[in-house]
Amino acid sequence: MRHHADIPLLWPFLVYGLAVVSLVSGILIISWFLGERHEEPATAQAYEGGIIVTGTARLRFPVHFYIVAMFFVIFDVESAFVISWAISIRSAGWAGYTAIGLFIMTLSAVTIYIWRIGALNFGPDAARLLKAYFSQLKTTMPDEVVDKQGQ
Amino acid sequence: MKWWTSKVNDPTAAVKGNSSFEETFQKSITLTNMESMVAWGRKNSIWPFNFGLSCCYVEMATSITSKYDSARFGAEVIRGSPREADMMIIAGTVFIKMAPVIKRLYEQMMAPRWVISMGSCANSGGMYDIYSVVQGVDKFMPVDVYVPGCPPRPDAFLEGMLLLRDQIGNEKRPLNWVIGDQGVIKPQGPSMKDAMRTERMKMTEIRQPDEV
Repeated sequence: MRHHADIPLLWPFLVYGLAVVSLVSGILIISWFLGERHEEPATAQAYEGGIIVTGTARLRFPVHFYIVAMFFVIFDVESAFVISWAISIRSAGWAGYTAIGLFIMTLSAVTIYIWRIGALNFGPDAARLLKAYFSQLKTTMPDEVVDKQGQ
Repeated sequence: MKWWTSKVNDPTAAVKGNSSFEETFQKSITLTNMESMVAWGRKNSIWPFNFGLSCCYVEMATSITSKYDSARFGAEVIRGSPREADMMIIAGTVFIKMAPVIKRLYEQMMAPRWVISMGSCANSGGMYDIYSVVQGVDKFMPVDVYVPGCPPRPDAFLEGMLLLRDQIGNEKRPLNWVIGDQGVIKPQGPSMKDAMRTERMKMTEIRQPDEV
């Protein structure tokens, strides 16, 4: 059950909110009307040191950057676990040793896995590109030319 | 708008006059109108645009250093964006290749904006009467003050800035873009050649730049 004495506490909040809204809108409206204006061809353009703007600011990055960032986050957090175990190595005892051993083994398995699937390879795969290139050459050119270049 | 500050070591002493009641009262109260107060504020905070073309820029940059100290006139806040700058100093040779860039930067400055043409090249093309140089920056944009010299010393640039300050203080500008008269009424700039002529004609020897 609400007490009646609580209800008058609402109006200072409303007045405060109204004051904030009127102050901000007043400042915006006054500064919109004050000052001079001029409209010339380059007035509204982005400032690039006087050079005409080319391209867009929304660049597209290769997805590899995202994968590397995710790996960093994952392995950084896991190293935090290992280090926090290392500073309490005696009090954690053999139980802690077993637990962290399992943890590190899992980490190693994950590392080997992501290495094997090629997630750590950065940039274009030269071996795969060359293989595809020579297989394409074989279909279009005589065999002896391909052998000289390929071997 | 008349105003002055008191002396540091003797704040109660009369700066001028005879310390009458009226003068003491004037120290504390300033009466003005809106237009001259805004003009006073403008002329004491001319923020220059960080912009230079050639060798004259070295002299302009020197005027900011402690020896010359353009901060005394409220013009030390170098702005990296034309939106925030009030004054553009064309310091150097205006090549034809650079002219559209200068024009674009001038258009990107917000009003009120002023232009100082610094040095012979910006004033008239200087000694470069050739195909690649604009024969004076006022060929394609308005200029408020011309500073002669090749290059002008920082002192000369500061004198130009003081002339611009005087002009800004006496300008009539609209307070807003909706109500009232639009357009800027600028006072006629003084011809320093005529004003200084008698004094300059008296000169029999040219002083070394090391002594003032």
